[in-house]
Amino acid sequence: MSGEPWDGRIVIVGASLAGLRAAETLRDEGFTGPLTLVGEEPEPPYDRPPLSKQVLLGKARAEEIGLPRRRKVDARWKLGVRADGIDPVEKRVLLADGELLPFDRLLIATGTRARPWPNPAEARLDGVLTLRTSEDAARLVERLDAGPRRVLVIGAGFTGSEIASACRERGLEVTVVERGPAPLVGALGGALGAFAATVQRAHGVDLRCGVTVTSLTGRDGRFTGAEFSDGSRMDADVAVVALGAVRNTEWLAGSGLAAGPRGLACDAGCRAFTMYGIVTDDVFVAGDVARFPHPLFEYQMLALEHWGNAVAQAEVAARNMVTTGPRRRPHLTVPVFWSSQFGLNIKSVGVPTFSDQVVIAQGSLRERRLVAVYGYRGRITAAVTVNQAKWLEHYQFLIETAAPFPPTTGAANGIAPAAPVPSDVPDPQLLSHGPTVALTGHLPDRRLTLVPPGPVPSAIPRP
Amino acid sequence: MQIVVDLNRCQAYAQCVFLAPEVFELHGEETLMFMPTVPDDQQERARRAAAACPVQAILTGEQAGPGEW
Repeated sequence: MSGEPWDGRIVIVGASLAGLRAAETLRDEGFTGPLTLVGEEPEPPYDRPPLSKQVLLGKARAEEIGLPRRRKVDARWKLGVRADGIDPVEKRVLLADGELLPFDRLLIATGTRARPWPNPAEARLDGVLTLRTSEDAARLVERLDAGPRRVLVIGAGFTGSEIASACRERGLEVTVVERGPAPLVGALGGALGAFAATVQRAHGVDLRCGVTVTSLTGRDGRFTGAEFSDGSRMDADVAVVALGAVRNTEWLAGSGLAAGPRGLACDAGCRAFTMYGIVTDDVFVAGDVARFPHPLFEYQMLALEHWGNAVAQAEVAARNMVTTGPRRRPHLTVPVFWSSQFGLNIKSVGVPTFSDQVVIAQGSLRERRLVAVYGYRGRITAAVTVNQAKWLEHYQFLIETAAPFPPTTGAANGIAPAAPVPSDVPDPQLLSHGPTVALTGHLPDRRLTLVPPGPVPSAIPRP
Repeated sequence: MQIVVDLNRCQAYAQCVFLAPEVFELHGEETLMFMPTVPDDQQERARRAAAACPVQAILTGEQAGPGEW
C-alpha cells in the first residue's frame, strides 16, 4: 500500500457543521484535489445550538452565529443550491440549478430539517413557526420581541423545552403541549422526564402532557389559538412547532443507497450502504443524516442529532475518504450532547434510551444538581448530569469499559445512592417530540424496535 | 472574528468569563453563553480566553465559507 495521499475530485453535499469540518479534515490529511461544497441554505456555515438559546434571549443576532474556520479549505462553495439527486453510475450530483457535479468521492452531510405541522393549511397561518435555521430563529425572535400574549410550543423535546425556557426568561406566557407523559422523556426516560416537568412548572410554564393539539385556528390568515385532544382550547399569538426533525434523504430516492426516513445507513467507517446492504467504496456519510453501527450498543444503528457527533463523524469520514485499507478509522465516539434550559445545564454521555434501569448516583432531584446513571442488563450505558458537568468524563470512561451497573458508591456524596428504578423509555412513536438519539435496529433499511427485557412499567399505554 | 465553544467539553471553569466578560457569560451555574461574532475591540480578549481555557473548548477564527482569500 502506498503512503501517497488519495487523489481525485471530492464533492460534499451539506455545508453546515459536518460538511465544513469534513472539508477542513480533508485538507489536513493532505488532499489537494478539487473540492466542492454544496449547501441548500444561502448562508455560510453557522452554529445551530445558539438559535434556541442566545438568539432567542436576544444576546446574539440570528445572522451573527457563523462558524469560525479551523483552516482554509480552498474549495468551491455552491450555497443556496439544493442537490436533487445522484447518478451513481456516472458518479455525478444533480443540482437544482441544473449543474451536474462529477465526483470521484462524495460525502453526504445533508442533515435534518424541522418536522412541519402536519396540516399544511394550518402550518401556513401567520404566526405558526418552526425552529431549525437561522432564518427561522430571526422570524421567531421578531415575534417574541413583539410581546405576544401567549406562545404555544408543540412538543417538549430539547428544542421545545429550550424555546419555552427562553420565553419564560423573557417574561412571556407559554404553554407547552406534549403527547408523551413528560418533557424530554424520549431522550432521558421517565425519572428525568418527571423532573423536567417539575422544573418547567416551577418556572411558570403551562405544561400539558398526554395531550395533543388537534387543530390550529386562525382568523384572516393569522394564527389565533389551538384546540386540544382533551376538549379544551386556548388563545395564543405564536405557535412554535417543535415536533423533532426529518432527515434530508428524499433527494437520494433514486440513488440506490440505503436512505430512508431514519437516515442513510453507513458502516463504522462512514461508508454508505446501498439498499442491498452492500457497502459503497466512494460514497460517505456524516452528521445528523447518518445511521451507523456502534459496538457499545450491540451494533445497533444509531442516528444522532448532536453537534459533537457531526464534528467527530465528519473527521472520520473525511480521513477515510482519502485513505485506504487498514489505515481507515472507525467512528466509535461515545455520543455526547448538552442542553441548557431553565437555568440548568443538562449534559449526557452514552445512550440513555439504551437502558432498562436508572439510578440517581450523585446529588438529588430536589437540589437540581445530580448525576443519573443508566444501565442495561447490568452494565452502564449512559449518564446524564444536571449542573454537574465535571463528572461526565468519569462516566464516559465507565461506559467505554462496560463497567457494572449500578455503579459503586462514589465518595463524593458520602451517602449511599438510591436504588435503581426502571428507566421508562417510551416508544418514540408515542411522543410529540422526536428523540435526538434514535436506536434504529441492525439492518440498513428496515424498521426495528428496541424491546426492553422483561416487563417495564410505563406511564403510558403501549399499543 | 467568529468563535464557537465545544460545550460538550466545557466544564464551566469560567476562565473565559473573567478574561472576556463581554464575549462569554455564565448563564445559571454552569451554562456558558458566548457571542459568536466577536466585536473588533474584544478580539484580543477572546483570543486570550481561548488560550486560557483549561479544557481547550474554544475555537476562534475567521468566518468559514466562501471568500476566504
